[in-house]
Amino acid sequence: MSESVVLRTIGGMLIPYILVYGIYVQMHGEVGPGGGFQAGVLVAAAFILHSLLFGPTGTMRLLPRWFIDLSMSLGVLLYIGTGVVCLLQGGYFLEYSVLDRTDPAAAEALGITLVEAGVGLTVASVILTIVRKVQGVSP
Amino acid sequence: MDPVLLLDVILLLLAVAAAYTAITLRDLLGSVMMMGIYSLLLAVIWADLFAMDVSITEASIGAGASTILLLMALTRTGTRERKSGDHSLPALIVVVLTGLVLIHGTSEMPRFGDPEAPAHRHVAPQYLAQQVPKVAPPSEAMDSSPQPAPVGEDEPGNFGHHVPNTVTAVLAAYRGYDTMFETVVIFSAGMCLLLLLRPLPRKRGESIDE
Repeated sequence: MSESVVLRTIGGMLIPYILVYGIYVQMHGEVGPGGGFQAGVLVAAAFILHSLLFGPTGTMRLLPRWFIDLSMSLGVLLYIGTGVVCLLQGGYFLEYSVLDRTDPAAAEALGITLVEAGVGLTVASVILTIVRKVQGVSP
Repeated sequence: MDPVLLLDVILLLLAVAAAYTAITLRDLLGSVMMMGIYSLLLAVIWADLFAMDVSITEASIGAGASTILLLMALTRTGTRERKSGDHSLPALIVVVLTGLVLIHGTSEMPRFGDPEAPAHRHVAPQYLAQQVPKVAPPSEAMDSSPQPAPVGEDEPGNFGHHVPNTVTAVLAAYRGYDTMFETVVIFSAGMCLLLLLRPLPRKRGESIDE
């Protein structure tokens, strides 16, 4: 936890921008550079900055442990679930174009977006978990 | 001399200098800082080589996340390296031999940026024509698809039935299995951490309740 008022004020102002940039990289990954992996790290970085500035306990209250654990598993589930839905729709595993037979191109984009969201969720929560373990704050 | 090449050479020399300083520095805090600088320089080199996705990854993971992790680890250990001084001669020989083999391996590689290189002739043209995740639109199936520049690029929200970022397209669609298992590997790393570093039960006073 930082004692400096300047650091806490400026850092606190930065956090929303880092979050928005992370979400931008996530959503924009199929158009520009980036994707789930990079976005996950950026979102995690915002919360790491929060825990450095306001102490791990404050971040813990913001993002409780069950939430991190849940989103870690949810990301993988989202990825594999997308593949399973493709199977159920009669396609191959992870063949996104079968998600919407009337507009396969949109289905392709939807599938990639879902999969990238899964990657982002898992990466962000795993990195936060690692940082918490190193900080030694886990209850 | 090509200014881009000159810039690359300067950046690479700086990166080598940063890596060397990181190894030799006895002050671990400075060592971690040099690691971060090294990663940042590599990110700039990737950006210079137009590998934007790699560059972003290097900047966020290498310069960001791992630096923070190492710094946090330093808060729990000392910041001075213990004097060891002795270097193992067999290890040096093995490292030098491996390096020589790797350098010998590069002599067979095609020239940098050679358009005739096998890597650029096999599947890369298909990727770069952005055909990989491309789904033929229902009606005008084969008319416009072979062109690299897709129709309707100007209209917002219409990317001509493909994902414009080739890297994302290849990662998520063409190599979907690969990326899935990468995610599973990261997930298992987090799971192992949770299971191995479980807090000891009944540690009163300093644990944080949540």
